[in-house]
Amino acid sequence: MIGAIAIEALQMALVLLAAPGLVGIVRAVKARLQRREGPPLIQPYRQIARLLAKEVVLAENASWLFRTAPYLVLAFTWAAASVVPTFSTHLAFAPLGDLIVITALLGAARFLLALAGLDIGTSFGGIGASREVMFASLAEPAMLMIVVTLAIAAGSTELSSIAGFMLSPASGLRVSFALALVALGIVALAENGRIPVDNPATHLELTMVHEAMVLEYSGRHLAMIELAAALKLLLTLSIIACIFFPFGLDGPGPLVGLFAYAAKLGVAAILLGIFEVSIAKMRVFRVPELLGAGLMLGLLGTLLLYVSRGL
Amino acid sequence: MIAALLLGTAALVALALAGTVTRGQGAALYATAALVTGLSALLALASLTSPPATLVLPLGLPWLGWHFRLDALSAFFLFVVDLGAASASVFAIGYGRHEAEPTRLLPFYPLFIAALQLVVLADDAFSFLFAWELMSLASWALVLVHHRDRESIRAGYVYLLMAVLSGFALLLCFGLLAGAAGSYGFDAMRLAHPAPGLAALALLLALLGTGAKAGLVPVHAWLPLAHPAAPSHVSALMSGVMTKVAVYAFLRIAFDLLPIPPDWLGLVVLALGAITAVLGVLYALMQHDLKRLLAYHTVENIGIIFIGVGLAMVFRADAGEQAAAALALTAALFHVFNHSVFKSLLFFGAGSVDAATGTRDMERQGGLIHRMPRTAFFFLIGCAAISALPPLNGFASEWLTFQAILLGPGLPEWGPKIVIPVAGALLALAAALAAACFVKAFGITFLGRPRSAEAAAAREADRFSVGAMGALAALCLLAGIFPAVVINALAPVARALIGTTMPAQGYVPWSVIIPVAAARSSYDGFAIFLLLAAVTALAIAGARRLATHAVRRAPAWDCGFPNPRPETQYTATSFAEPIRRVFGPAVFGAASAVRMPPPGSTAPARIRSALRDRIWDIFYAPVARFVDRLATSADRLQFLTIRRYLFFVFASLVALLLALALTQ
Repeated sequence: MIGAIAIEALQMALVLLAAPGLVGIVRAVKARLQRREGPPLIQPYRQIARLLAKEVVLAENASWLFRTAPYLVLAFTWAAASVVPTFSTHLAFAPLGDLIVITALLGAARFLLALAGLDIGTSFGGIGASREVMFASLAEPAMLMIVVTLAIAAGSTELSSIAGFMLSPASGLRVSFALALVALGIVALAENGRIPVDNPATHLELTMVHEAMVLEYSGRHLAMIELAAALKLLLTLSIIACIFFPFGLDGPGPLVGLFAYAAKLGVAAILLGIFEVSIAKMRVFRVPELLGAGLMLGLLGTLLLYVSRGL
Repeated sequence: MIAALLLGTAALVALALAGTVTRGQGAALYATAALVTGLSALLALASLTSPPATLVLPLGLPWLGWHFRLDALSAFFLFVVDLGAASASVFAIGYGRHEAEPTRLLPFYPLFIAALQLVVLADDAFSFLFAWELMSLASWALVLVHHRDRESIRAGYVYLLMAVLSGFALLLCFGLLAGAAGSYGFDAMRLAHPAPGLAALALLLALLGTGAKAGLVPVHAWLPLAHPAAPSHVSALMSGVMTKVAVYAFLRIAFDLLPIPPDWLGLVVLALGAITAVLGVLYALMQHDLKRLLAYHTVENIGIIFIGVGLAMVFRADAGEQAAAALALTAALFHVFNHSVFKSLLFFGAGSVDAATGTRDMERQGGLIHRMPRTAFFFLIGCAAISALPPLNGFASEWLTFQAILLGPGLPEWGPKIVIPVAGALLALAAALAAACFVKAFGITFLGRPRSAEAAAAREADRFSVGAMGALAALCLLAGIFPAVVINALAPVARALIGTTMPAQGYVPWSVIIPVAAARSSYDGFAIFLLLAAVTALAIAGARRLATHAVRRAPAWDCGFPNPRPETQYTATSFAEPIRRVFGPAVFGAASAVRMPPPGSTAPARIRSALRDRIWDIFYAPVARFVDRLATSADRLQFLTIRRYLFFVFASLVALLLALALTQ
C-alpha cells in the first residue's frame, strides 16, 4: 500500500513535469525536419514560467466561470492522468476509475473549456467552442467503441487489467487490435488538436479551433491551459503505450518501467513530429469524415473480434 | 403504510378542490402540497425494503373494488414522483407569482400529482387505467393554462390525441392480459400464463402505450410541444416525473405481469431506446427555445433508460445471465432517479430565466451569469449532470449502463452479440452530443453578452425557486459521489423483478462501485471528487505561489477587433451549425442556401436554412392524410334523410347477424 502511494505520488509529479518536455521534443523534431534550428527543448517550460510572471488581462465582462475554468481544466486532466498506468500498474488510484472514467474526465475538462470560450461573447470564442464540441461528439463515441473492443478481448475496462492481458500470450495478434490502434490514433489526434485535425502552432484566426477557444486567456490562466494541453498529449500517448505497448509495466521494478516509459514517450513524440510534418491540415468539415472513420473502425474491430475469436 | 400514502393522495384531491376556490397566487396551496408530498416521499423511501402490502377500497366497479399494492417497484417510483412533486411545489411557491391566471392552474396541479401517485399504487387494470387517464387529462388541462397562445392550443390537441392512443393501447394490452376469464386484478394476471404469441402482442401494445407517454421515438412528437407549453413547475413534473411513471407502467407489465419474454422483444426495446436517445439529442441540438430543448432531452434520456430496460430483458431471457439483468435494470432505475432530479432542476432554471426575461428564446438571452448568479450555478450543475460528467450522478448511471452493455458479448446468441455493441455506440454518441448541447444551452443563455434589453435587466429568482434548485443540485452531487448508496437502495426492486440483485456495493472501500468484479471495472465517485478537489486546490495554490497576482480588466481582445455589438456573438443556431452540417442531411433533411448580393452591392447576404422532422413525415403525415380522406368521404353521410339512416341501421344489423351465423 505504501509502495503504491509512493508510485502514485511519483507518477503525478512526473507527468506534470514531463508534459512540457514532450511538447518540446515534438516541436524540435518538426523544426529539424523543416530544416529550422527550432527552439531549445526547454522552451515550453520557459513559456509557462513567463506566462506565470505576467499579469492577467481579463475581459471586462469575464465571469467567475472564466477565472476558475483554467484550474478546473488542469485538475480534471491531472486527475485523469493519475489513473493511467505509465511506468507501473501498481497505482494507488487505479481503482478510482476505468478507461470510461478517464474519457469522461477529459470530456469534463473540454466541457468547461468550451464554456469558458463562450463566456466573453466574442466570435472567435464561439467558433472554437462550437467546432471543438463537434469534433468531440464524434471522437468520444469512437473512443468508447475502442473501449468495447478491448473490453471484449480482455474482459475488463481497467487499464491495468488490459495491459496485463496484452502482455499475456492469450492476447496474440489480432486484426481487431490493429483497427483499434488506428482508431485510437485518430481519436488521439483529434483530442489533442494535432494536425490534420487542428494546428497547435497556427495563429491564423479562421483555422484555429483550440487556440480560438482560449484566445481571451492570458497570464497564469493561460499557463494552466497550456500545461493542461501538454498534460493531455502526454496522457493520450500514455494510454496508447499502456494498451498496445505495455512492455516494462509489470517488469522487475519501477526503474525498468521508468526507462521503458521514457523510451516509449520519446519514440511517440518523434513519430508524432514526423507525422505532423508529412501531412497537411484538413478542412474543418473534412474532419467529421476522419472521425467517422475512426468510429467505424472501432465498431468493425468489435465485430471482427467475434469472427477472429480463437484465431 | 399504504393507507397513510393513500391518505396523502386524498389530501391532494382535497387540495385540488380547495384550488377551485383559491384566490391569489396559491402560495399556501403549494406549501401544503410540498408538505404532503414530502411526507409521502419519506414514507415511500421507508417502505422500499418492507414486504408488499395491499389494500382494497370499495370504490370503482362494484364487483371489483379499487385494489392498491405497495411493493418495492411502486415504492421506488412513488419516491421519484413525490420527490419531483415536492421540489416542484417548493419552486412554485415563488414561481407561481409569475402566473397570469392562477385559477386555471391551481385545481389541476394537486390533481395531477394525486393521479401520478395513484398510477404507481394501482393493483388492478381498472384503477390503473382510471388513474392513467386522470393523469393525462389533468396534465392536458395544465398544458392549456396559457390557452390564448396558439402553440399551446396545438400542443394540447396533439397531446390529447397521443394520450388517447396511449390509453387505447394499454386498454387492449390489459384486455389481452385479462384473458377469457376477464380477471382485471393484477394478482390474477401474474398467475395467468398467456400463450407466447398473445404475451408478445401484449408486450408490444404495452410498449406502444407507455412509450407514447414516455416519449419513445416514433411516438414522441407530442412531448416537445406539450412539455414546454405548460408552466415551468408543471413542465418539470411532466418531464421529470410523468415520463418515469410511463417507464413504471412498462416495467410493471413487462417484468411483473407477463411471463419472461423471449430475447427478441428485449432487442426491439433496446433498438428503440438507442434510436430514441440519438434522435432526441440531435433534435435537441437544433432548438433555440430553452424549454423545448430540455423537452427533447427528455426524449433522449428516456432512450437511455429504455436501453437499460431492453438490456435487462435480453439478459433475463437467458437463464445464466440473471446477474447481468439485475445490473442493467439497476442502471435503468438509477437513471430514472437521476433524470427526474436533474431534469426538474433544469426546468426550474429555464422557468426562472423565462420569468426574469420574459422569453424562452435563447437567442434573446446572454450574460445571465452576472445577473442571476445562483440560478446560473445550479443550472450549470444540472447541465454537467445531464451531460454525464463525473463526479455527478448522470455519469454514474450512464457508466453502469455501459458496464451492462459490455456484458452483452458474453451472450451465446448472435443477434444480441451484434445489436448490443451498436446500441453502445449509439449511447456513446448520444452522451457526447448531450455534452455539446448543454455547452450550447448554458453558454448561449448564461454566458456572453446580453442579446436583448430584457436579458440585460434580468433579476435573480426568488429564494424559494433558488432553494428548490439548490436542493436538487445538491442531490445531483450526492447521488454522483455516493452511487453505492443508491445502488444498494435499488436492490429490493431488482430482487422483486429479476429475482437477483447486483452485488452489494460500497464495502471495501466504502465508496467504490464494482458492478461485476474488481479486475473488470470499478468507479469511485467520492474518491474522484476528493481527488479533483485536492488537485484543484493544489493548482490554485501553485499558481498563487509561483505567479504574480496582478489582474487588469480591459476590453476583450478578440484578435484586436473587438466589436461591442451583441450580434457579433455566436448564437444558438450558429453554435449548432457544424453538427447540423454533419448529421443534418441524413437525419433532418436539412438544407441551407446562401444568397450573396451582386458584386458591388452593399446589401446583406442572406442565409436560409430549413429542417424537417422526418419522423413527422414518415409516421404522422400519412396517418393524418388518411384520417382526413376518411373524414372527407364520410362527410357525405352527414346530411341524409331519416329513411336512409334507418336503412343503414337495418343493413348493418343484417350484416352482423350474417357474420355471426356464418362463423358459428
